Amino acid sequence: MKDTERELAADQLQSGDVTRTYREMISRRVLAIAVLAAAIILLAAVAVTLGSADLTVSEVYIAIFSRFFPGNLSIDPLTSTIVWDFRLHRVIFAVLAGFGLAVAGAMMQGVLRNPLASPFTLGIASAATFGAALAIVFLPPLFDGDLVLVACAFSASLLATAAIYGLSRYRGMSAESMVLAGIILMYLFGAITSFLQYTGNTEQLQAVVFWMFGSLQQTSWLKCGIVGVVLGISVPYVILKAWDFNALAMGDQVARSLGVRVERTRTVHMFIAALITASIICFTGTIGFIGLVSPHITRLALGGDHRYLLVASGLIGALILLLADSLARTILAPTIIPVGIMTAFIGIPFFLYLFLRRKEEYW
Amino acid sequence: MIAEVRGLSFSYRNRAVLSDVSFTLEEGTVLGVVGPNGCGKTTLIKCLDRILDPRGTVKIRGRDIADYRGDELARTVAYVPQALSVGMAMTVLEVVLMGRKPHVRWSVSDDDISLVTNTLSCLGIGHLAFRKLTQVSGGERQKVMIARALVQEPSLLLLDEPTSALDVRHQLEVMGLIQSVVRERRIGALAAIHDLNLAARFCDSIVVLHEGKVRAAGNPGSLLTPELIREVYGVKAVVGREDGLPYILPVEPVGSETR
Repeated sequence: MKDTERELAADQLQSGDVTRTYREMISRRVLAIAVLAAAIILLAAVAVTLGSADLTVSEVYIAIFSRFFPGNLSIDPLTSTIVWDFRLHRVIFAVLAGFGLAVAGAMMQGVLRNPLASPFTLGIASAATFGAALAIVFLPPLFDGDLVLVACAFSASLLATAAIYGLSRYRGMSAESMVLAGIILMYLFGAITSFLQYTGNTEQLQAVVFWMFGSLQQTSWLKCGIVGVVLGISVPYVILKAWDFNALAMGDQVARSLGVRVERTRTVHMFIAALITASIICFTGTIGFIGLVSPHITRLALGGDHRYLLVASGLIGALILLLADSLARTILAPTIIPVGIMTAFIGIPFFLYLFLRRKEEYW
Repeated sequence: MIAEVRGLSFSYRNRAVLSDVSFTLEEGTVLGVVGPNGCGKTTLIKCLDRILDPRGTVKIRGRDIADYRGDELARTVAYVPQALSVGMAMTVLEVVLMGRKPHVRWSVSDDDISLVTNTLSCLGIGHLAFRKLTQVSGGERQKVMIARALVQEPSLLLLDEPTSALDVRHQLEVMGLIQSVVRERRIGALAAIHDLNLAARFCDSIVVLHEGKVRAAGNPGSLLTPELIREVYGVKAVVGREDGLPYILPVEPVGSETR
C-alpha cells in the first residue's frame, strides 16, 4: 500500500485505524525479515553445492548429513573433506561476515547520524589494512604468518577506534567530531599503507593488494566460531538498545531528554561496531561496500526504525556477501574473483534501483 | 508545585550565561521565559532538563533533578528544542511514538498508539500519521515535536520557541492546546518565547531574563510595560489592552545610549 493511500483524513482519524495500519506496517517489516532469512538459507543451500570440484548436489548433501548420521550414510573421505573443510565454513562465514559488517555499518550511521559513516569511511578498515601491510612487509612469518597478520590487523583496528575516541573526547564527543576524527585516521592509515607498499618488494606488494581486495579464501571453522561468538554476544545487546538509536536520530538533545546517555551510548556502540568489524576483516581483508550500503538499502525498503533496521540490514549484508562469494567462485571458475570486488558489482545495481525508484527523502 | 529553581547559575567556560536565577512553577500553569537573543533562555531550559549541569538547585515535584535516574527524569520532564533534527526515514507516527520510549521496553501497546493518535488529532496533524517526517512542512514538523513531548506524559513540559515556525493561526492553536493540556493534566509548562504578545496571551506568569539575570517576574498583564520593554529590548513600544489582555506594539529601536 502506498503512503498516500495510508494517509487518513484528519476528521476520520480513529485510533483503531491507526493501530491497525501501524500493526500492518510492523507485520510487513517482520515478514520482510523472515523472507530475507529464508532467502539466505536457500542461497546457502545452493552455494554449498558450487565449487571447482565436480561434485553432484546429492554427493554434497550426503557428505553434510553423513556427519550427523554416520551409520546410515556413507561418503568417500575426499568429498567429505571438500564439503566440510572447504565449502561449508566458507558459506557460513560469508553469512556471518556480511551480517556483522552490515550491522556495524547501521550502528555507526545510527549513532553518528551520518549516512556516510561505516567502518570503512571512518578509518577502522584502513587501520586494519595498515596492520596487515605492516605484518606482510615487516613481520614475515615468525611462527605462523596468518596469525601474525590477523593479530596486527585486529589490533590496528581497535587502536584506530581508541584514537577516534580519544580525539573526539578532546573535542566533546559529538557525532561530527567522531566522523572528522575517523576521516583523519582513514587518510593517515591510507598514507602509511601506501608508504609500506612503496617500500615492500613485489611479492609483498602483491600480498597487500590481495588483502585489500578482500577474500573468503582463508575461512575456517575456528574463524566462524570466533565471529559467531562476537556477533552472538554483541548483536542481541545492540538490538535491545534499538530505541536509543531511534532517539539519537532526533538529535543529541532530544535523545538526552528521552533518557539516553548520549556520549556513553555513542562510545559503547562505536567500540562494538569496531570490534565486530575487526573480528571479521582481520580474517578476510577489506570488504568495504556492505557496511556502507546495506543499511541504506534497508532504510529505503523498510524505513528507519532501528528495532527492525539493524537485523534487516544484517540480513541484506549477509545476502549480498553470500551471493557475491558464490558468483565470485563460479563466474570465472576455476579462477576466484576477490569477493570485495564482487560485492560492489552485486550491491550497487540493487542500491541504484532503489535509490532512483524511491524518490522521497529517506535520511 | 511543579518546579522550584533557586540560585541557578551557569557558565560556558568563563562566560557567565545565567546568574542567580530563581523562580517557581505551579501546577496547571504556563510560565513564559522572555528576553532578547542571548539572554540565556535556551540555556535555562537545558539546565532544567539536566542537558547542562548548572550550579544552584532545581527541584521537580519537590525532588532535586540530580537525584532522578535518566529514565525517571525522561518520564517527568519533556523537552522540545528550538532546532529540529529530522529523524531518518521515520513516519510522523514513529517519531511521536518515540515519546513513549521512557515508558516502554521494546514493543508499543495499543494504548500507546491511541495516545499518539489522540495527540496528533488534537494538534490537527492526524492525517500526517504515516507520512515521512522529511515530507512535512516546518510548521507541521514543529507540531510533531510538540506531540512527541506531550506523549511522554511529563510533569514538566519545556518548550524552546515552540511556535517559531508556525503561522499566526497555528501559533494560537498550539499555544492554546499547550495551555489546555497543562490545565487538564495539572502539569507545568515552561516556554521560552520571543513573541511578547503570545506570552501575554497564554502565560500565567513570565520571567524576564536580561543578560542572564531575572530582571522581572510575575503576571504578564502588569509586568509588560513600555519602560521594561525599552530597558530589556531597547525598543520603544506601545502597550495596550484588548479584552482584558495586554498587547504590545513595537514601534522602533532606541539608541543604545538610552538603554
